[in-house]
Amino acid sequence: MELTGSQILLESLKLEEVDTVFGYPGGAVINIYDDLFDSSINHVLTRHEQAAVHAADGYARCTGKVGVAIATSGPGATNTVTGIATAYMDSIPMVIITGQVPTPLIGNDAFQEADMCGITRPCTKHNFLVKDIRDLAKTIKEAFYIARTGRPGPVLIDFPKDIQVTKHQFSYPDKVHLRGYNPTYAGNSRQIEKAAKMILAARKPVFYVGGGITLSGADDVLLKLAEQTQIPVTTTLMAMAAFPQRHPLALGMLGMHGTFYANMSVTDCDLLIAVGSRFDDRVTGRIDSFAEKAKIIHVDIDPTSIGKNVEVDLPIVGDLKDVLSKLYGYLNKNSELVEDLVEATDEWRTTVAEWKERHPMTYRSSKSVIKPQFVIEKISEMTDDNAIITTEVGQHQMWAAQFFAFRQPKTFLTSGGLGTMGFGLPSALGAQVAYPDRQVIDISGDGSFQMNSQELATLVQYKLPVKIVILNNNYLGMVRQWQQMFFEKRYSQTVMELPIDFIKLAEAYGATGLQATKVDEVEATIKQALETPGPVLMNFKVSREENVLPMVPAGKAINEMVLAS
Amino acid sequence: MKHTISVLVENEFGVLSRISGLFSGRGFNIESLSVAPTMDAALSRMTLVTRGDDRILEQITKQLNKLISTIKVVDFTGGEYIERELALIKVSTDAESRAEALRIVDIFRAKVIDVTPKSYTIEITGAPAKINGILELLRPMGIKEIVRSGPVVIGRGARGVVG
Ligand SMILES: Cc1ncc(C[n+]2csc(CCOP(=O)(O)OP(=O)(O)O)c2C)c(N)n1
Ligand SMILES: [Mg+2]
Repeated sequence: MELTGSQILLESLKLEEVDTVFGYPGGAVINIYDDLFDSSINHVLTRHEQAAVHAADGYARCTGKVGVAIATSGPGATNTVTGIATAYMDSIPMVIITGQVPTPLIGNDAFQEADMCGITRPCTKHNFLVKDIRDLAKTIKEAFYIARTGRPGPVLIDFPKDIQVTKHQFSYPDKVHLRGYNPTYAGNSRQIEKAAKMILAARKPVFYVGGGITLSGADDVLLKLAEQTQIPVTTTLMAMAAFPQRHPLALGMLGMHGTFYANMSVTDCDLLIAVGSRFDDRVTGRIDSFAEKAKIIHVDIDPTSIGKNVEVDLPIVGDLKDVLSKLYGYLNKNSELVEDLVEATDEWRTTVAEWKERHPMTYRSSKSVIKPQFVIEKISEMTDDNAIITTEVGQHQMWAAQFFAFRQPKTFLTSGGLGTMGFGLPSALGAQVAYPDRQVIDISGDGSFQMNSQELATLVQYKLPVKIVILNNNYLGMVRQWQQMFFEKRYSQTVMELPIDFIKLAEAYGATGLQATKVDEVEATIKQALETPGPVLMNFKVSREENVLPMVPAGKAINEMVLAS
Repeated sequence: MKHTISVLVENEFGVLSRISGLFSGRGFNIESLSVAPTMDAALSRMTLVTRGDDRILEQITKQLNKLISTIKVVDFTGGEYIERELALIKVSTDAESRAEALRIVDIFRAKVIDVTPKSYTIEITGAPAKINGILELLRPMGIKEIVRSGPVVIGRGARGVVG
């Protein structure tokens, strides 16, 4: 069958089982939008291309599917860059389609031309410029394959306008053949056996788990493995929902704003089992004292992650699900040795429990002013187990990670690697599109919220009942905290001088706005929001100069924490 | 330490910028780079010379391998290989120095490929050390211009990169 390039795109999307795309039209994609007009593919019109990409990203993070976003050439395409870089840093599978000027005009500084392959080269897993209609179907096939396999990531397809209208016979390839791309899935059995032996010989072992665990779908195996071996588990920001945080073996987050007991455990352990984590500087603090007493096992699907920041004793390249399942299987066959391990590590768990008791994750509560941590605790208590939490970036993000007791995988969507303010609202939008019936909550700051607040319109238009929590301190709080601690309280450009009436803002878009200024209003506000249909914004006026603690100052070792008093 | 690496890549749009962008984006050093097609028209072969300790080199080869367009990466350092570079050197000559210049050309098995009343242009191929050697000797005469191709390498015997 002869189809136009634009029709080939849509048919290919269907074959990739894409039912929803996020995007924004323009001249260079007008043909695609014309075909979308009567297509079975559901299109969500955001109010900014950055938001379209974050929405597709949120959709991908909570479903595990490839998120798809479309933007026009030039400014539409450049608006996607922050979204793409955000997804790239967190290894999120996405395909971004940008319109491009007609091929004869490329390179001529044509109207709304931007070199998207050039611009996105360092922030995509791969990108394509379609120069020939004959390559289109194959390119789309490869883009989806690359996006979701190996270490996932965003792939951009730059799609010139003339090719969108050229007709060609459509046949979608059923196989991908890429000579230079062949990710390793199966972990080496000998290495896995060695890992098992190292675990059995350890006396103070710790799991250090990163976002890769969820990307691999290995959350369940990790839980089984941890319970089998009784090894405590600390999670990075990206993996907070990958392990049930109320589990006795959960140590919470590690690193700059990690728990006392997680950081102490890593500092003191004799075996660090790093799975799907990448020794990011926010996690390690001063690198040469990170887990300095420990042997390190590092399991990751991406060989470049291994040995990049620290030397490891046992590298295992492979899919975590495969590696951890084999490890579990091996240990299961040696259950007596595992029993010995559990007995021999009893003292270690006692030490960890003592740390936990000495400095639990806490804050000074107040009756007179709303503590932001208190709001998070209440939300944690009052929401369903499968509620999806998204965040912006700042203090509120850290409090969400510290005080929300995550219960199920893929329920915490946050920009970990890039730290993108403005991520939370559009990613919540994408998550709610994926799961219309689940609770989806964006935990936001007053600063970040204003980076993509226009998406209130999208929520109202599509009847997406996202609940927005603004922990309003009238500051760019995280930066203010650094200024307080390291710049003698010189609050340069971090005071939000203009107090915004967020209630009116919500109402202007047709959403509901609620406010709490007193401690005893918090619960009622959350309850009312959860019971109100449609999008609701909750503005919590919180104690303004609250700090995120514990904190490891930059350049210090992670056991040198400033603790909550 | 200096490393000479061969990279076999898809001969496609933008591939050179993927490689050079990787080096600049990650702060890896690149001393020379040469690119040309191979027997298989769909592939190009790059030879690049870089410097770094073992950790950095491990990252460089891993990162190169990670690129979708990369098919094979071989670090020749420490193995058996032959390295050749081409240089074109324009030296000032006068009646007095011509004989000396020709003698040097002869000793190095180089060639004079262009002559003007005031200069010789010399072509030489060899290991980079050999080229450095001739430059050393020609320098007193006055080198006007020099172009070096950067080295290309090939493994000895069975060792190699087929494409
Ligand atoms: C797009 C972007 N710009 C700037 C920053 C730097 N930054 C990190 S946190 C922060 C303050 C965020 O303020 P707010 O959203 O009110 O959150 P709070 O820290 O007050 O909870 C800033 C400016 C960033 N992370 N992202
Ligand atoms: Mg704030």
